[in-house]
Amino acid sequence: MSAVLERGTSVQSHPSYLTDGTTLRSWLLTTDHKRIALLYAASITLFFFVGGAAAALMRWNLISPTGAIVEHDTYNRLFTIHGVVMVWFFLVPAAPTVLGNFVLPLMIGARDLAFPKLNLASWYMFMSGGVLVSWALFRGGLETGWTFYTPLSTDYARGYVSLAAFGIILSGYSSIATGLNFIVTIHKLRAPGMTWFRMPVFCWSLYSTSVLNVLATPVLTMAMLLLAAERILHVGVFDPNLGGDPLLFQHLFWFYSHPAVYIMVLPGFGIVTEIITAFSRKRVFGYQFVIWASISIAVIGFFVWVHHMFVAGVSVYSGVVFSLLSYIIAVPSAIKVFNWLGTMHNGFIRFDAPMIYAVGFVGLFTIGGVTGLWIASLATDVALHDTYFVVAHFHFIMVGGMVTAFLGGIHFWWPKITGRLYSETWGRLAAALIFFGFILTFFPQFILGFFGMPRRYGTYPAQFQVLNVLSSAGATILAVAYLMPLFYLGWSLFRGERAGPNPWDASGLEWRTASPPPKENFHESPVVTWEAYDYPPPEKQQYSLSELREKTDRRHV
Amino acid sequence: MSLTLPAASAHATEVDYLFAALFAVSAAVLGLVFFLMIEFSIRFRRNSGVDRGQPLRRSWRFETAWTAATLVGFLGLGIWGADLYVRELKAKPGALTIDVVAKQWMWKVEHPEGQREINELHIPVNRPVQLRMTSEDVIHDFGLPAFRLKHDVLPGRYETLSFTPDRIGTYQLYCNQFCGIDHANMIGTVTVLSQPDYERWLAANGAAETLAAQGSRLFVSYGCSGCHRAGGHGGEGNVRAPPLDGVYGSPVPLSDGTTIIADDQYLQDSILMPKKQIVASYDPVMPSFAGVIGEEDIVKLVEFIKSLGGKS
Repeated sequence: MSAVLERGTSVQSHPSYLTDGTTLRSWLLTTDHKRIALLYAASITLFFFVGGAAAALMRWNLISPTGAIVEHDTYNRLFTIHGVVMVWFFLVPAAPTVLGNFVLPLMIGARDLAFPKLNLASWYMFMSGGVLVSWALFRGGLETGWTFYTPLSTDYARGYVSLAAFGIILSGYSSIATGLNFIVTIHKLRAPGMTWFRMPVFCWSLYSTSVLNVLATPVLTMAMLLLAAERILHVGVFDPNLGGDPLLFQHLFWFYSHPAVYIMVLPGFGIVTEIITAFSRKRVFGYQFVIWASISIAVIGFFVWVHHMFVAGVSVYSGVVFSLLSYIIAVPSAIKVFNWLGTMHNGFIRFDAPMIYAVGFVGLFTIGGVTGLWIASLATDVALHDTYFVVAHFHFIMVGGMVTAFLGGIHFWWPKITGRLYSETWGRLAAALIFFGFILTFFPQFILGFFGMPRRYGTYPAQFQVLNVLSSAGATILAVAYLMPLFYLGWSLFRGERAGPNPWDASGLEWRTASPPPKENFHESPVVTWEAYDYPPPEKQQYSLSELREKTDRRHV
Repeated sequence: MSLTLPAASAHATEVDYLFAALFAVSAAVLGLVFFLMIEFSIRFRRNSGVDRGQPLRRSWRFETAWTAATLVGFLGLGIWGADLYVRELKAKPGALTIDVVAKQWMWKVEHPEGQREINELHIPVNRPVQLRMTSEDVIHDFGLPAFRLKHDVLPGRYETLSFTPDRIGTYQLYCNQFCGIDHANMIGTVTVLSQPDYERWLAANGAAETLAAQGSRLFVSYGCSGCHRAGGHGGEGNVRAPPLDGVYGSPVPLSDGTTIIADDQYLQDSILMPKKQIVASYDPVMPSFAGVIGEEDIVKLVEFIKSLGGKS
């Protein structure tokens, strides 16, 4: 079977998805999941650099205790736009809509997602949301923080709060539609023989993410609608002056936004698992444990939201219960770290650029994880809450973790997406620079937070200056490192060496078709007769997977 | 300027022990993960000839062992932190109650004897202090790094923060909850004084009247005494309204058949949202004083009603 596929790839009778139609219309009205993935890739890259520019200005301002470049007013708008854009227009959509969209059907041997038109509609919803938020931004922004706490956001804050809220609602609908699409695809479109427990771990993590998206995002929609109703129509929901309860908003907001943390990071877990197993040429250690860990994170993720509110005025008992639940959800995350190490143990490890991103992810994610223990504990959270410690913690998870994993995934599947290789040297250099630039930017913030520096301050007491300058210095390195892939990947797009179907000799179904794949993904529908990650045992490591498959096929014939 | 973080209460010192434990656990976990990652990267690089042995058959044993170990360790840390938190939150006998009213972008403090200060708080050493905090506008947060404490300050409700300073000195106060444009300017100091110095401070900043006495005058000037009888004022009007002598701390039967204990929150609600809880057998005729009486005056009125006795 596989031999047929390999032979099929060498015959260029079918054009690749990239050359099948070259007009603008053929891109903007495409229903091909691979092209939609690229539409998303272009849009989220744009949003990433918008959010990044806001962060750069903030770090520049914080070089001086009195604020180096902007007034408080502007600073507040900068961190609001940074948060809103990065969370809803980069972190939440990035991995599922770009990498998930592209590789999920390939990984399970399908021709496309279950609802190709809905997939395109998701992108248009996402872009409409993006346009509303950008509109709010260009008309002067808003000053609520990405958390939109009431009654500040409903009665006191100036700026385009409702406009941004509607933008967020639209991007939420896009996430729901994508999530639904993935769930149905995984249930209904797996190739013959592709059983649930033959699926790659990335598919499982996309599945868990999609369930979270479908169940949690509607709560955000409600919270944002109620917020807009109170701001525009003065319906009393959250403002105590109108008979409302300000804590209700926080409960609704975090009931979405805590699962959203896992919406953001679960796909990253999946990507890193794929990379580590491929570059260790060894089956994922504890394959089923890794999958169940994803699922239990998705379930328990719904029961920890109050840990964002320990100092907000909730009862002592809910504080205690939610603190213990937060410790419990740390366990499956720890399981994943152990299993990545277990996969590397006794492996045959190669350090291509994706693998450097992946081990960088494991290091940064683990730092983010253990510092989570500090703020899951009640007594220490009361000390650290709303300080830079929390800022550092979630940036280690979201940026050090998720962004690094996403970039690792982009480098891993780049040859499949474009059919071309990039410069390994530049790829490795960028991965290493991101790791060290990131540590220099965010590690000092743990110390700042421990010593009490509050979040969301555009000016600060002089004792915090040295560490802030260090952090800003790190941010310049990080900015350069994040810009580098634009250049060498851009170069590869036009000049890169041809990759061939399987440059990493990786085992997934997506590597058994041409690079870039034909429009219909596979020339013949695949039938899966092997387990996931069928890497050779130590004594056969000298053979490539296709050599081994040919041998097996010949024996069977 | 070097970084400083004094520990100004016994609680702060205890929290620091937990921090030390968390640091040790974190260092151990990170040390192990980074060591193994580097060790495996070198030992199992693709072209190294090291013997990999046979693939592990029973991985579930490792999985259950490290899952159980992690769970037990994490829960231990969780219980430690929860215990400290619960003990610090308990109301302490003999506590000095001080009112804090937050507004964009300042902290207003009112002492029981009538002293007032802005962005500063003077308290005596070694005596439990209970801050009773509310906000006039958005959510703020009263953050005291030297006491390892902070708590949100919400509009429309009273939140408390209690601690016992055991070190004389001046400590930072931050607003920790983003509250609008000048959030970063909403900072101040907490000064812990020796008992004699505190007495001197009270005398030097003495107000003419206690909060309760000021509240008594407000009770008349806001027209409360037109309907309510309290402390020898009012109650002669045509409108029948509940008398307020001795009401604080006692059970109040409501028109919906339930009973509520008249605490600070109830009194504040009754002034700002009188329709929320109607005392049984009275007509719901009282207008809301939201926007008419500010939080600072409400504090004084509540103090006045409290001073009229009752079970608390």
